Amino acid sequence: MNWFRNKDTLYGFLVILPSLILLGIFVYGFIFQTFYTSLTDWGRDPAQALSANPQIRFIGFENYRELFTGFVDARFRQDLVNTFFFTVFFILGCLGVGLGLAIVLDRSPKGEGFFRTIFLFPMSLSFIVTGTIWRWMLQPQGGVNQLPTLVGLPKGEFAWLTSREQIWQVSWNDLPFITALVVSVVLVFIAIAAFRGGERRRGYIATGSAALLLLWAFTLGRTLQPLPFDELHGFNLAFIGIILAAVWQMSGYTMALYLAGLRGIPEELREAARVDGASEWQLYQRIIFPLLAPITLSAMIILGHISLKIFDLIFAMAGADNAPTDVPALLMYLTTFRANQIAKGAAIGMILLLLVAAVIVPYLYSQLKSEVRR
Amino acid sequence: MGRVLQYAVLFVATLFFLLPVYLVIVTALKEPSAITLSSTWQLPKVWYWESFAQAWIAFLPKLQNSFFLTVIATLLSAMLGSLNGYVLAKWKFPGANIVFPLMLFGMFIPYQAVLIPLFQFVREIGLGGTLWGLILVHVVYGLPITTLIFRNYYAEIPDEMIEAGRIDGAGFFGIYSRIVFPLSVPGFVVVIIWQFTQIWNEFLFAVTLVSSPANQPITVALAQLAGGEAVKWNLPMAGALLAALPTLLVYIFLGRYFIRGLLAGSVKG
Repeated sequence: MNWFRNKDTLYGFLVILPSLILLGIFVYGFIFQTFYTSLTDWGRDPAQALSANPQIRFIGFENYRELFTGFVDARFRQDLVNTFFFTVFFILGCLGVGLGLAIVLDRSPKGEGFFRTIFLFPMSLSFIVTGTIWRWMLQPQGGVNQLPTLVGLPKGEFAWLTSREQIWQVSWNDLPFITALVVSVVLVFIAIAAFRGGERRRGYIATGSAALLLLWAFTLGRTLQPLPFDELHGFNLAFIGIILAAVWQMSGYTMALYLAGLRGIPEELREAARVDGASEWQLYQRIIFPLLAPITLSAMIILGHISLKIFDLIFAMAGADNAPTDVPALLMYLTTFRANQIAKGAAIGMILLLLVAAVIVPYLYSQLKSEVRR
Repeated sequence: MGRVLQYAVLFVATLFFLLPVYLVIVTALKEPSAITLSSTWQLPKVWYWESFAQAWIAFLPKLQNSFFLTVIATLLSAMLGSLNGYVLAKWKFPGANIVFPLMLFGMFIPYQAVLIPLFQFVREIGLGGTLWGLILVHVVYGLPITTLIFRNYYAEIPDEMIEAGRIDGAGFFGIYSRIVFPLSVPGFVVVIIWQFTQIWNEFLFAVTLVSSPANQPITVALAQLAGGEAVKWNLPMAGALLAALPTLLVYIFLGRYFIRGLLAGSVKG
């Protein structure tokens, strides 16, 4: 076998082969099987779902169509909106708290190691432990709501995990229009950046696509209505408590990342800026924050993929059946293993995979490309 | 930014991070009848250690399950990861550069996308509902991260050492057992700590693959206890402390390695 340079390389291949086969089956084989399952009607007939040899029919993308436009699956659409808001606030919270703590710790206060330990310890806990603790913290009549009474104020009245209030409602039917608007705004920003960087071709392409997309949005996009009726979805206030707990657990991670980044910035750079008369704020704004941008991007991607998959924290905090705090990862579990709607559960799993892949694949690609260059 | 502001921020942040800890300990040490919502924050009038004894009795079998599962799965995945990392760092076979990212992807997928076939597969090979089924799953899905950490670690070993080993007549396995493996201790520490924490804390696989209460790991048992109706909160709080203790101790005593694993988890090695 001269394809392999020598016997040792062949041994290497043989050693890694079992792992490759296992991952091939457990990752790619199972993903394919889930995809196939999601195209069937397995579980529609409750009698068939649990039988030893269920009669399974191929029905194409029917499960997906129902999830996005079917009358019964409104809960899934609300779950997508929930995931969106959870992700945005969770990432903003972790980045904000993490950056703030890192800046303070970077100035070497007394007991720095102690504080670092305190801010990072929640990372070592299970989401189940965190969820159990915060469930008790957020009891409507106790915990956090009782905190103001310690300083003589009236107690809080917020229904943390059970609130049914929803803000920022938007009709599901406006989604194609809004998505097109958001994408064109992003394209315009790309175009501006390209023109500034002197890449005119790229700028023209981005401008053109933005214009086309806007044209579509205001003509056909306005008339494209997935549902025959208006269905309102918004941000469930019951999520605030879960976001709080998630930030408590994960902001230590961003702190560690930012602190490593800050420590990597040479002191001479700061000194030079100060000598040139930059104020502290300008120093951060012009020099330090731009240098931290790559860290922010990787943190956003890691936190983003965690938040899209979040399951155990919500399970432990609000229980699996609390509809206002449901997310697709939890709904998949309930649909498949409680309701035995196996094909529909598979479809939700595939949608989750697509969401996560959209975040992770470009990231892996760029990481490995830069590694090859190194 | 003034010193005062700096310490004020630190103080508020410390409060935010430690208040839940205070509440857990205080609640776990109160008599069940003394736990009321309005007196949440008060110190116990009578220190009641009984909750820990009760939680210990209730959770001991689950803790044993978790230990059994975590130790075996951690050691197996560390061993496989070490061999894989050795190959990918020092004996790149043709196509290794394509295979590696395909492996890494397995670290990031939402497990909901493989859960249904996985559930059937584990049942069909006769490991349904057992700890061995869970061990198999944790070993397989642990491969990407353990391989990644070891690969980055072994990349630091100079190629000259491998070359010297070859000149001395050692082959693939000889170099591994006499040169690479003895140098691996810090790598193993990072991987073992990382995997131990991850597997101990895992919930989704445990709750779907292990249905019988006898084989439940601690996370599943705790979620069930805390999620039940009309819970006496002293017990879940004591249980949460027990469930958190092993990983917490690891973090306190081996924090440096824990953080290294944490940062390796975000791919950059």
